[in-house]
Amino acid sequence: MTHPPKSSAAPPPAGSAGAPGVPGIPAQPGPPAAVPPGLPPARRTAFAEGAERLRAAATTEPGRLRIIGAVLALVVVAFGAVTAWQTGARSAAAHDVLHRSQPLSSGAAGIYRSLADANTAASSVFLAGGQEDAKSRELYEKDIESAASGLVNAAANAEPGSAAETTIAELNRLLPEYKGLIERARTYNRQGYPVGGAYLRYANEKMQKEMLPAAEVLYTTENRRLDADYGHARPYPWAAIALGVLALAALGWAQHRMYRRTNRVLNHGLVAATAATTVALLWLVVGHAVARSGLDGSYEHGIRSLNVLHDARIASLKARGNENLSLVARGAETVTVRDRSYDAYYYAFDQDIAALGRHLTEAARLADDPGPVKAAEDDMAVWKQRHAAARTEDENGNYQQALDKVIGAKGATAECFDGVDGSLARAIDHEQDEFKQAAEAGLGAMTWLPEGTGVLAVLGAAGAVAGIGRRLSEYR
Amino acid sequence: MDVSRARSALRGWGGVATMAVLCALALAFVLLLPCTQRAPEKPERERAGRTVATGVQARADGCVDSEAHERTLAPSDADGPTIDAIRARTGAKRKLIVGVDQNSYRWGYRNPNTEGAQLEGFDIELVRRIAEDILGDREAVQFKAIPTSQRTRAIEKGRVDMVVRTMTINCDRLREVAFSAPYFKTGQQVLAPKSSPITGYDDSLAHKKVCTAATSTAHTKLAADRKEGRLPASTDISTTVPNQLDCLVRLQLGEVDAVVTDGALAASQAAQDPTVELKGKAFTTEYYGVAMKDDADDLVRRVNRILVDYRAHGWQKSYDDWLAATLGKDSSASKPPAPQYLRGS
Repeated sequence: MTHPPKSSAAPPPAGSAGAPGVPGIPAQPGPPAAVPPGLPPARRTAFAEGAERLRAAATTEPGRLRIIGAVLALVVVAFGAVTAWQTGARSAAAHDVLHRSQPLSSGAAGIYRSLADANTAASSVFLAGGQEDAKSRELYEKDIESAASGLVNAAANAEPGSAAETTIAELNRLLPEYKGLIERARTYNRQGYPVGGAYLRYANEKMQKEMLPAAEVLYTTENRRLDADYGHARPYPWAAIALGVLALAALGWAQHRMYRRTNRVLNHGLVAATAATTVALLWLVVGHAVARSGLDGSYEHGIRSLNVLHDARIASLKARGNENLSLVARGAETVTVRDRSYDAYYYAFDQDIAALGRHLTEAARLADDPGPVKAAEDDMAVWKQRHAAARTEDENGNYQQALDKVIGAKGATAECFDGVDGSLARAIDHEQDEFKQAAEAGLGAMTWLPEGTGVLAVLGAAGAVAGIGRRLSEYR
Repeated sequence: MDVSRARSALRGWGGVATMAVLCALALAFVLLLPCTQRAPEKPERERAGRTVATGVQARADGCVDSEAHERTLAPSDADGPTIDAIRARTGAKRKLIVGVDQNSYRWGYRNPNTEGAQLEGFDIELVRRIAEDILGDREAVQFKAIPTSQRTRAIEKGRVDMVVRTMTINCDRLREVAFSAPYFKTGQQVLAPKSSPITGYDDSLAHKKVCTAATSTAHTKLAADRKEGRLPASTDISTTVPNQLDCLVRLQLGEVDAVVTDGALAASQAAQDPTVELKGKAFTTEYYGVAMKDDADDLVRRVNRILVDYRAHGWQKSYDDWLAATLGKDSSASKPPAPQYLRGS
């Protein structure tokens, strides 16, 4: 309708006040048309022509409105686009945490565990001699199989030329080598040749010095990838938030300007745009905060516990392997520590069981359900006692009694190891669930966030354009 | 010559004793000059309760490895404090405690295919013979598996009454434990695949990889011989393993070309693999003895008496049972020499 008297802008046709930024060029007369029709000027560049038109437009109110409308739409759409992009990336990273890197990390831990378990089972089978029991043998075969299939899975997910791929290739080379040594050991043992024990010790050395370290490298690599995915999912989308605030501010300013010029409080289009942008911004901030807390929770209550539990399980497997091997080696290897000489495998057992104790204490501290960890600790205490008894028998030369106390059916350390391993497996399952729930909640909070904010932004932009258009139509 | 005149003059007033002193002095010079840094060890060893320090000193000084096996006590049936203490054990503990090996095939090893994985072998037979004589029961033995590096310590600490574990009699060990008369003769020998061009301890080892047990006599000997040119410089002796048996594993896997260890143990390796054999003659001479506590004179004398009987009745049968298959039917190269009992005390 009419221009409000308090407008700071000069009346449309006036000269330089309407285009303050363009000195030296005379103000163009005439309302909407930017270029006088009858007088085609010399051809200039498109940019210069555009700038010219813009300059011309800025001198009239409808022109200004058009610019304001365009800028508002642009800012709101930019907000939507950046939000969609940033939350999309975070959502993808969170998805990777849940469905790729964590499974791979736990797969790598599984490979490590299978290898260590196979080594332990192999020594149990060996100790049983010609009367090897089918259960241990099956366990050994199953472990080798799951290690092999774990490697295939890891290989499928490794990027070509990456460090993980090299490690996997190394493990793929060592696994059949190891199995060959074990088969030789069994064959010789069945024939009653002590060189079978030497083969088993050699296989064990290969496992302890080459394969398990390689599996550990793989595990660390996958864990780094997991950490990186967490790193990509967690940071606040500052750019999107800033653009959202900017869009709201721009919408606010435009409505304020309109109110001052027309004394009308509400412009439906602009209000709708503001509402859409506000909702999008809130959704962004709240959604991401929830997702972030879910991910943090999955890390604190899942990953950290899982790491410690995996370490504990591996320590218990190593301890069991060394306990068996001390009976296989029968004093063939010693280590000297601070001038005292020890049986190499008993010494390693002591180290492993100490590590197991440390990991269990840590796991109990982190666990929100300490039940299984407590059970594992109890089993470990019994294990230590029984091991001491078995070792005394062995050192007194009562080989058969020592053997019974280690791989026997009743009251043997085998029961304790199975107990520890079972409890730890339960604890790992539990923590895995915790992780999954928290991470799924986190990922859930980001569901539809990129799409939703995108749609809202488009709606917002449309609202802004409609609102401005409504105002603009008053000039026709 | 001056020397011969002096020697004849010396013979005049007291012969053997003086010569021993001279030998001892000469040896002391030779040994002590390069080993001055070892000096601090001695007081420690004396502190550790060597009651007869002077006796040890004299014995050590005059000791030569090639004659070490003669430094044992004359046989006797008389009981003494050690034997009394063994007999005083009651109930389930009435057993002779013996340190043995569990991994030397045909010497001392657990046969997984016997009930309770029984220990058996040439050394084990001898142990049973000793137990039968002292306690009247072949089975009255408590076997303790002892790692190679723990043999002398186990005796010194009294954890075992004796060690019967393919243990070579030498001067170093004589300083810490007492030995019986030798019960077996062996020497370092080369083991290689039958198809290998290696012919023995000679130039055929050039450019070959040889495996030995870490800190073993074999490794020391090889290192010294290579330094002095008795072994080709191109022979690679860098592969050392914790136990001599591990060498067979490396040999079968093709990681080394030959193994050097005691002939007796090399034979026990060959017994587990028909495709390898002993190459050439033994290039050192060593004797296995039963090791006992330094002051257990009565036990040493008793074991020596048992060995006198054993050499006459039993040794050959045990050889046929356990060793003939790999060391050959002719046992003359393994027969211990007629014993000398030159140790005084």
